[in-house]
Amino acid sequence: MLQVSNLTPLQRVALRFAVVSLLFYGVTILEGMLMRVHQINFDLMDPDHYFAIMGAHPMVGIFGSSFMLVFGAFYFLVPTLTKKTIYSQRLAELTWILMSVGVLIVWLSGFLFRYAALYTNYWPLPVSKEFSPYALGTFAIGNITIMAGIFIFCYNLFATIFHKRDEKEPMWPMLMSALGIDGFINLYRKITRKGTEKEPIMPLPIVAIFRGSVDTILDALVLGGISVIFLYHAAYSLMGTPQSASWFDALIYKNIYWWGLDLIADGLVLIYVAGTWYLLATLISGKKLFMQNIARAALLVELVVSWNVWGHHLLSDQGQPNLMKIVSGEMVTAFELVTMGIAVFITLTTLWQARPLKMTPQLKFLLGGILGFSLGVPAGIIQADLGMNRILHNTQWVIGAHAHMQLLVGLGMTLYAALYTLFPMLTNDVKLKSNALTNFHFWAHLIGGIGMAVAMGFAGMDGMLRRTIYPADATFKTEMIVAAFFGSLMILAYLAMMYNIINSIGIRGLIEIFIKLPALKRKAEPAIQT
Amino acid sequence: MIESSHVLGLLKVVFLVYIAIVVSLIARYAISITKPAKKKFELTAYHGKLFYGWMGLLIFVGVGIHILTFNKIPWVKWDLNRDKIKADKEFNISIADYKFTLPEKTLVIEDGQTVRFNLDSKDYTYGFGLFRDNGSLVFQMQVVPGSTNNLVWKFDKSGTYSIRSTEYSGPKGGNLLVKNAVVVASGPALAQLILENKTQSKTN
Repeated sequence: MLQVSNLTPLQRVALRFAVVSLLFYGVTILEGMLMRVHQINFDLMDPDHYFAIMGAHPMVGIFGSSFMLVFGAFYFLVPTLTKKTIYSQRLAELTWILMSVGVLIVWLSGFLFRYAALYTNYWPLPVSKEFSPYALGTFAIGNITIMAGIFIFCYNLFATIFHKRDEKEPMWPMLMSALGIDGFINLYRKITRKGTEKEPIMPLPIVAIFRGSVDTILDALVLGGISVIFLYHAAYSLMGTPQSASWFDALIYKNIYWWGLDLIADGLVLIYVAGTWYLLATLISGKKLFMQNIARAALLVELVVSWNVWGHHLLSDQGQPNLMKIVSGEMVTAFELVTMGIAVFITLTTLWQARPLKMTPQLKFLLGGILGFSLGVPAGIIQADLGMNRILHNTQWVIGAHAHMQLLVGLGMTLYAALYTLFPMLTNDVKLKSNALTNFHFWAHLIGGIGMAVAMGFAGMDGMLRRTIYPADATFKTEMIVAAFFGSLMILAYLAMMYNIINSIGIRGLIEIFIKLPALKRKAEPAIQT
Repeated sequence: MIESSHVLGLLKVVFLVYIAIVVSLIARYAISITKPAKKKFELTAYHGKLFYGWMGLLIFVGVGIHILTFNKIPWVKWDLNRDKIKADKEFNISIADYKFTLPEKTLVIEDGQTVRFNLDSKDYTYGFGLFRDNGSLVFQMQVVPGSTNNLVWKFDKSGTYSIRSTEYSGPKGGNLLVKNAVVVASGPALAQLILENKTQSKTN
């Protein structure tokens, strides 16, 4: 059982992030299943309700679950790997509180006020008469709160990486190393045989975390900035003087918004994931990372690539210039196949060096994560093609074969690999009680995730649209029943994991991660007679 | 001529085969990695060649798919050159307040004609998609307010198609469906449809 009193503040805050993340994940899959059941034509709710759930679903899943787990892990890993103290424990606590409150407010904007402009928020739908100013204002406040949490996280993280409390490292080489430039210099030295390779100052996972966090800041700037505009419109509407929405060109807005939003999907997620794979591969194998200079350089390339790929979301927008479609939408996007392929190759080769390896939960989930991205990234490359996009855009293919495959199988299993690796480190060696449940979690999540994504992909190829309901229309019922079956497996996987974790750390331990409970009364011991 | 149904049919096969290959490779790797190595792993020039070969393959696939579709899928060239293409027929369609306004009750197209669809949104971002009776997608595009939204398509197969908005435009957007709005025909069937459209417009 977990002895919370023995935990360091850093362990405790990381556990708080993890618990909140897993709870939000539970909400996300419940929402997903509710929508799925509705898609099978069980008339569960009216369209307003359905789309309010659809609006909340990715926000809770991305910011409430994925971001939260990643941030918790990084708050623990960055000081541990750099052998430094965290810059501010208080800011770390403030991060999870702000993000949790923000996600909850966004969720309430859907639950109470039926805000449903979805995560795309295409102008001018959010500020139109379709949604009340209360709905818009609540969503905007929630989103701004989340982004404030993200800014604080990045600030605290950067300050931890670069602060000089414990040593007198000059700033410039640290920054060069964090950007991965020393990887390029080492490569240059190796190719030209001029000078000797130098050991980079920053551990590779720190480089990935730093690099991914640059995208995280940019994404928060765009999403937060747009939420401020929403708040402005909501405030004027509440005062009875709604502002004109015509000042913002819908296509320019769409470009800006997708530039920011895509930094999550095609930026920080892929960079963070690559860094996590590298860390796990070195921890599991006990070997140095294979071709680590290439890995460092590739992370910098991925950063630049991620700033220039948003065009693939606008391949069906006919006002978008053809040149942007071809360069950003097709060609630069295709490089994601290369950068992700490099990460896969380096991770698998690093592990290969250490044969034979024991098939631990960490290794299993890591391979599951690699499998998920190996299936999901090419699906994205296919739709990021002018010809294919014309017949796949906004179908279930996009959200199933690509997005859910990457998020649930690729990212999800990578995060679980990290979770199972960090669990003993964060709990002072509490052992998970059941290996059978861990195994069940793995197989049910893997089969469920792939099965559901494939079923959705087939629905997409049959013409089923995403973000559309088909009342009294059974055209896609078979695919949705198959998707629901596999989705149910994922719910069982989640329940198995939660039961195993809670059973291992104890209900009391779980609660004490957040609040201190009164000490247990011990049974009165019999008086010792002398 | 290649149709979207052909491409999507092929994609289904490719998708399944690809999944089978990747799952098999990862499974094989997972089994192999638990077994002892026959000899101690040593980094050699071979591994470097393997790595750069792998990168080359990824670049080839990533770029190759676009070259392949550019040459094999006809609507890519229609799309890139649509401003220069002289269409046989042109339809101006507007969308406002969750309603399509079509120039005619039924958009009649002669088999083999090249058609330009000009779409205009008065309020939100919508989509414009043409669907077959079995629900499969012929093509789609986004309809963004304030933008030029046009698409050129050549029809060479008789059939009846429905129009549906392919973009979410709020909870009411789900009703944006016009069944059997487009008919592609030839011969007497075409003449009959044209006559019906004329009678309809006189009645209105």
